[in-house]
Amino acid sequence: MDELVAEFLTETNESLDELDVDLVNLEQNPNDADLLGKIFRLVHTIKGTCGFLALPRLEKVAHHGENVLGRFRDGDLEVLPEYVTLIFECIDQIKYIVGEIESTGSEPDGDDTELIAKLDAVYEGRGLNGSESDGNDSNESSANTSDSDTNNADSAEEKSSGYPGGPTGNISQEELDALEAAFQDAPGPETSNANGAAAPNGSTPPESSTEQSATSTVEEAQNPEKSPTAKKGPSLASQSLRVNVDVLENLMTMVSELVLTRNQLLQIQRANSESDFSGPLQSLNLVVSDLQEGVMKTRMQPIGNAWAKLPRIIRDLSMELGKKIELEMIGQDTELDRQVLELIKDPLTHMVRNSGDHGIEDPATRKASGKPEFGTIILEAFHEGGHIIIQIKDDGKGLAMDKIKQKIIDNGLATAEELEGMADQQIQQFIFKAGFSTAEKVTSVSGRGVGMDVVRTNIEKIGGSIELSSKEGFGSTFTIKIPLTLAIVSALIVEAANERFAIPQLSVKELVMASHNGESRIEMIKGAPVFRLRDHLLPLVSLTDILQLNTPKDANKADENTSENVKEDARNRYIVVTQVGNFDFGIIVDRVFDTEEIVVKPVAKMLRDIDLFSGNTILGDGSVIMILDPNGIARQAGELEIAPQDNAVEQKSLSTSQEKTSLLLFSAGDPAPKAVPLSLVARLENVDLEKVEHSAGKMMVQYRGQLMPLIPLNHNVQVGTEGEKPVLVFADRDQSMGLIVDEIIDIKEEYIDVQLDGNQQGLFGSAIIDNKATDVVDVAYFLNQINQNWFKNHGDDDYDKNAERGNGRAANQNGTLKQRVLLVDDSPFFRNMLTPVLSIAGYDVTSLDSPLEALKMCEKGELFDIIVSDIEMPEMDGFEFATKVRENSPWVDTPMVALSSHATPKDIDRGMAVGFDQYVAKFDRDTLLNAMSQTLSDHRHKASATQH
Amino acid sequence: MDTHTEIMDTSSDFSNTRHDLEKSRDLLTIVIAGQRFGIPILQVQDVLGEQSVTKVPLAPPEVAGSLNLRGRIVTAINARKRLGLERDDSPHNSMSVVVEHMDELYSLIIDEIGDVMRLKNKDFKPTPGTLDPVWREISSGVYRLDDELLVVLDIPKFIETVHS
Repeated sequence: MDELVAEFLTETNESLDELDVDLVNLEQNPNDADLLGKIFRLVHTIKGTCGFLALPRLEKVAHHGENVLGRFRDGDLEVLPEYVTLIFECIDQIKYIVGEIESTGSEPDGDDTELIAKLDAVYEGRGLNGSESDGNDSNESSANTSDSDTNNADSAEEKSSGYPGGPTGNISQEELDALEAAFQDAPGPETSNANGAAAPNGSTPPESSTEQSATSTVEEAQNPEKSPTAKKGPSLASQSLRVNVDVLENLMTMVSELVLTRNQLLQIQRANSESDFSGPLQSLNLVVSDLQEGVMKTRMQPIGNAWAKLPRIIRDLSMELGKKIELEMIGQDTELDRQVLELIKDPLTHMVRNSGDHGIEDPATRKASGKPEFGTIILEAFHEGGHIIIQIKDDGKGLAMDKIKQKIIDNGLATAEELEGMADQQIQQFIFKAGFSTAEKVTSVSGRGVGMDVVRTNIEKIGGSIELSSKEGFGSTFTIKIPLTLAIVSALIVEAANERFAIPQLSVKELVMASHNGESRIEMIKGAPVFRLRDHLLPLVSLTDILQLNTPKDANKADENTSENVKEDARNRYIVVTQVGNFDFGIIVDRVFDTEEIVVKPVAKMLRDIDLFSGNTILGDGSVIMILDPNGIARQAGELEIAPQDNAVEQKSLSTSQEKTSLLLFSAGDPAPKAVPLSLVARLENVDLEKVEHSAGKMMVQYRGQLMPLIPLNHNVQVGTEGEKPVLVFADRDQSMGLIVDEIIDIKEEYIDVQLDGNQQGLFGSAIIDNKATDVVDVAYFLNQINQNWFKNHGDDDYDKNAERGNGRAANQNGTLKQRVLLVDDSPFFRNMLTPVLSIAGYDVTSLDSPLEALKMCEKGELFDIIVSDIEMPEMDGFEFATKVRENSPWVDTPMVALSSHATPKDIDRGMAVGFDQYVAKFDRDTLLNAMSQTLSDHRHKASATQH
Repeated sequence: MDTHTEIMDTSSDFSNTRHDLEKSRDLLTIVIAGQRFGIPILQVQDVLGEQSVTKVPLAPPEVAGSLNLRGRIVTAINARKRLGLERDDSPHNSMSVVVEHMDELYSLIIDEIGDVMRLKNKDFKPTPGTLDPVWREISSGVYRLDDELLVVLDIPKFIETVHS
């Protein structure tokens, strides 16, 4: 059976069980709005899901049931017992169909017209036809039997009609018998229908119900053998097991206790090491550690599990709505506690579906507004600052502010005057209110206003928050922030005022010790402590101060001037350099202990208002410790304007040459150290020279099942026939080569600033690295030497090795500001290769892996002097990128150079047509540099010409 | 969870059958600042001696801190402070009663643990209206003992009103 369907069945069965209980409760408390809302949502979920799984019959029944429930919920319709019975009938029908799907894998034949007609009657306010007088049993039985459309069913109906039913519409013995007969004749096992029909009514004559259940039990027991499809069951079930989270929770608690006891035992053992217990204790120790890890693992699951069915949903959605939607998922491996995962699964599905349904426009509209036909939904998960952030971005139409405002006013949520004074951001948050939906039409997908309401409820239940930012016409971004509750994190244990606290390691950048005097000391600017960390000033907060840990005596003093605390103390202090978003600050603590793996537990409800803590935990020694929330501290410290998160994320994908580059230093042949950007090196290997083979005059070695060509960096590198030599392995896609060197020296972070142009082949030139003149190696030279086709596989034509060098380095000869280059290429290899090449040539390089990122920067108003773009890229190719840039953007006049993979005249023409100024074969470095300076100077001339 | 449902049952059972005067229920008696209190025995999870408690900075003053009870984190509440009493005369070897509320554990730091008493419903009286408002809020009623009065603590209220 389809995995999705299997999952749906498990979920639905759970929901149905809940529904039975809830409906009974509802009958007793017809005015319980919460309960009604819950039932409505359950049915809504069932309906929504079957829409995507192509279960039209089930969907139809659920849809009509939902209609009625919707009226209950809106208070239009009184919850009468007979209506509840009808809902029960509807639920039973759902159960029956679900049961059939379970055993046969597809929906049973038959139709539910009668049931639907009744539901519609109630929905339209006509009430149940004569239900009061006739006894609704006849209706009911026909509904129950309608699916097994055999003559028997008809006879059952005949028999039962006129039978005086009880007020709640019980099923009589005869009916049941008839039904049973019908079911047994009907193809396939149908016990669930009989069960479902009998169980919730509950008041069937005793013998009949016992008999009934007995029969069904027997039948159920026999089913696995009888039914051909049931054979799949055991194999599915044996692979995984559904375990109640409570059981796991218990297990976890017990393991924690075991760990604590083990720790105590180890403590005792340390005191008298000559004990007979030490051996067994050691093995106990190991077993307990493994056990702990194992139990923790049972609870952690990658978030990808919750996303598994989304691509299908999006696919079906695009079919259904005639849209073109692409779903991109990033960070599937982010681990989440199982419980949390379960809770966010539905909201996520709902939101992704919403993005597809409401957000992304149909292809025609998209085209008209200048967007690519394919709408993109990006789902991204990552850890940040002790939280798990999940973002759902779409590039659709965004929220229509006018409609939202109208809706808010219509629903009386706020007045027009109030809205006037609100920021767009505030107004957008209204969509999270119950009963709010801007979809004009109620579709089977969404639009009943349950969506965002459910989402918010579920997320808030686990202490999370949800935010929305939307720009009309450009799409929406939902950001869900879930606390690490129950997740396992590594934390740094620190001490302030004799109290210990944990800081999530994720947000700790580094630790610095500040001495009382001397160079690395804490300095004061009008009472605010700061610290000079290398080249920038780090704002500091004292943990003792913000947590008000001063003893009452000191408190008065501290009131006057918080700095007193910091200053007065002659002891050395530690500064935990912390990063929140892209804001760095230091937390002053008294002592720093170890890091420890901790299980984050939520703080008690009454302490939840303190936003300085994200949770608490029990340490290995059994003591309770509070976990600090760096975000909260940053807020408390007055840094209210923490840069928006997506900014920080983007920051990561940027690498400008103004930043330091990691360089691998090595020696080869002559004494001068050599350097190569570390990011270019795939691996470092020691190659056994005895294994080196020669073929066609080239050295080769068998490496990972392939022949890898080897080449000495220069002829001074002695390659003997025995011993080992270090080799730098460069790899791109399925090709690799090894560069033989003498010795690996070190890895250094340095600014590459090539000062002397090298005239030796294979070197860029010399730079000062680690205070020594160092040769910077031109990897491309070697790659090309090994394999003329190295770049051809990227589609390039042969490039002229003897291209004149040096002319390209014209960028900043006059010592003015460096020219800014935006490099867009999806291959990290080429990005890493070109960044140093360009920065060596004197450009200030920003490299991005996709045109979409580039367009984002464009939107933000970043400006560049020249854009170098690859052509073949997955999401958006270079032609499209150029079209966009040329269309209507701040970069409309920025010169663009294409790095082609296919430098055929046709491609070049096309490139020029869409707005590239130059077209260069990929990795023809010198031509590229020449082309760039040429383009730039052309451009300058043009610009000055227009000025004059 | 089981205990939780049981607690619910007892309380509803109790209120429904108050007229059934011969029925009785079991209360754990405790002493705070000389006053005897009772806690329905089924709500008591544990009785602890003096515990080392981790202070929670910025917490409400009644919260003494957190402690580890067999792998679960328990919030300790200083009952004296909760009752609006000064804490100066508290004895050194204080005791704690652990109760569960909304799936969370709380430990009430008190002075002394007394016996478990089985008390008849006929001796139960509603909380007198003249009682200190704080006390009235957290008690569900009073039992007449031979020589003193026993105030029954309403644990949910006792805990829920801490942060206010």
